[in-house]
Amino acid sequence: MHSPEILLTAVLNGLMTGAIYALIALGLTLVYGVLHIINFAHGAILTAAMFAVYALHAAWGVDPYLALMPLTAGFFALGYGVQRYVIGPASHGDDGNILLVTLGLAIIIENALLAWFRSDTRSIDVPYAFASVEVGGLFLSLPRTIAVAVVVGVALLLWLFLARSRIGAAIRAVAKEKVGAQLCGIDVARVYAVTFGLGAACLAVAASLLMPTYLVNPRVGNAFVLVAFTIVVLGGMGSIPGALLGGLFIGVVESLSGLFLGESLGQIGIFLIFILVLLVRPTGLFGAKA
Amino acid sequence: MSRAWAYGSVLAAGMGLALLPLTTDSNVLLNFLVFMLIVAVAATGWNLLGGYGGQFSFGHAAFFGTGAYAMAILQERAGLNAWVALPAAIALGAAVGSAIGALAFRARLRGSYFALVTLAFAEVFRIVANVLPITGGAAGILIRLRLDPWQFQFADRRVFYWVALGVLVCCLLLVRAIERSRFGAWLVAVRENEDAARALGVDVLAVKVAAITLSAAMTAAAGCLYAQKFLYLDAAIAYGPWISVEALLAPVIGGAGTVFGPVLGALALLGLGELTKAWIGDLTGGSVPGVDLVLFGALLILCVAFAPRGIIGLLSRVRLGVRWARF
Repeated sequence: MHSPEILLTAVLNGLMTGAIYALIALGLTLVYGVLHIINFAHGAILTAAMFAVYALHAAWGVDPYLALMPLTAGFFALGYGVQRYVIGPASHGDDGNILLVTLGLAIIIENALLAWFRSDTRSIDVPYAFASVEVGGLFLSLPRTIAVAVVVGVALLLWLFLARSRIGAAIRAVAKEKVGAQLCGIDVARVYAVTFGLGAACLAVAASLLMPTYLVNPRVGNAFVLVAFTIVVLGGMGSIPGALLGGLFIGVVESLSGLFLGESLGQIGIFLIFILVLLVRPTGLFGAKA
Repeated sequence: MSRAWAYGSVLAAGMGLALLPLTTDSNVLLNFLVFMLIVAVAATGWNLLGGYGGQFSFGHAAFFGTGAYAMAILQERAGLNAWVALPAAIALGAAVGSAIGALAFRARLRGSYFALVTLAFAEVFRIVANVLPITGGAAGILIRLRLDPWQFQFADRRVFYWVALGVLVCCLLLVRAIERSRFGAWLVAVRENEDAARALGVDVLAVKVAAITLSAAMTAAAGCLYAQKFLYLDAAIAYGPWISVEALLAPVIGGAGTVFGPVLGALALLGLGELTKAWIGDLTGGSVPGVDLVLFGALLILCVAFAPRGIIGLLSRVRLGVRWARF
């Protein structure tokens, strides 16, 4: 058996990884909640954002945390454009088509990155990658602690935006009743695009938080996105608190199953939960009954 | 469509394809054609479930890989003859299909949920196959080279081509027979409107499970062919996302829910892929990975946007245009 300290460290590490998972899942669940589609390009967009952080650092030595703001804005615009000018027009409003179009986007982005950067795994060197802070006798990794703080901040901002702003109200209206919202004069296509943009922006933040300690290759997004799918399904499709709690939970599960089953089988735990939840309770723990 | 035309067209197309190897000695071309046939078989399997039944699977690699691994393991670890291993491997693939189908469809997963759960199953299989000793783990598994027709290995590449073509024609005939049967009508009814089909007395669950079982069997057969052709497998080949994607892309681009769609799609996709690779290679003086797939992704989006019934749909539109011009 493992000692309590090791278990506690594993749980804490899991929670901190889980915070970033939660952020990735937040983007996915937001898009699902409003557009009612699963965005299969989510992982590829995350990979693109991670390469953007990498490229900014490699070319001009931009610190990942400094890159966070401009990249978030840039990816918001990218997501907005992709939904408005590609996914929306190409899918003719049919769910099966949207599935295929986002899959097509994922294939394009992932392989364009592969063609450009090749399949090598890359990482960036920052002086604080292994720095730690002491909290109550426990040493926590500095980049991961920053990540948790930023994720909490982003979640709060997003909540404020959805609850207080006019466009936030429009998003909530479209999520609840699309036709009704349209009749009230809400531009649904624009709301869709803004929502998709927010989803992509979450990924840019996640990428900036990941890069100081993580590595990137053209396939890296897949690993994250399957985890994000699990979280979204677990927390209930479209549920924001579900995504946050689900993210933390899955982070801990991954960390513990890695501890008990070893690295290569660690991910199995996640997929089994995924399949189990899908089969037993596809609406998730926090989702409304379909 | 008369019966003679329905089956005759499949046989005629098969005969036409059978003549191809007689026109060339190029091994590169033959290898390409065999690979195209393998993808076409896998895609024909996907098409039965996705094209006719409207259930989009993103994880047909689960069936392809099961067929391929079963073929390799039954020969190398259990010492079975390849021709005995073949039906066993196909049956195993079908069993995996009906198990996943029974679980997913009983839980009433549709649309994106079904796509997700198939994707997850394929990933679980890949991770497990990558660590189990029986599959050779990350090192993969080799099938011994024994160039003997009795071992399903042929010194002449053309023979393998004809065998693969035979498998494809059998699958196409089966799809055609289903298309014309009552079961086929039920399947299309489920695709068009599941609730209405149920209201009319169609046993939706049974129809879907039967469709995924047959679909998995065909895709597993493609896996068997792959194993015998290339004689090497690892988890990323057998259960990798590439085959899930190609099995889906070929029917969508060729024309989902039509008999010839997957074959046309496989030919168009892989042909374009090779041309692009060669062209980019000439331009840059070296091979660039991924360019063919960028093109596939773009084609997929363009097809969904402008040619919802794929190449077949475009062809029939052109034919209609000609007929209109005559009048």
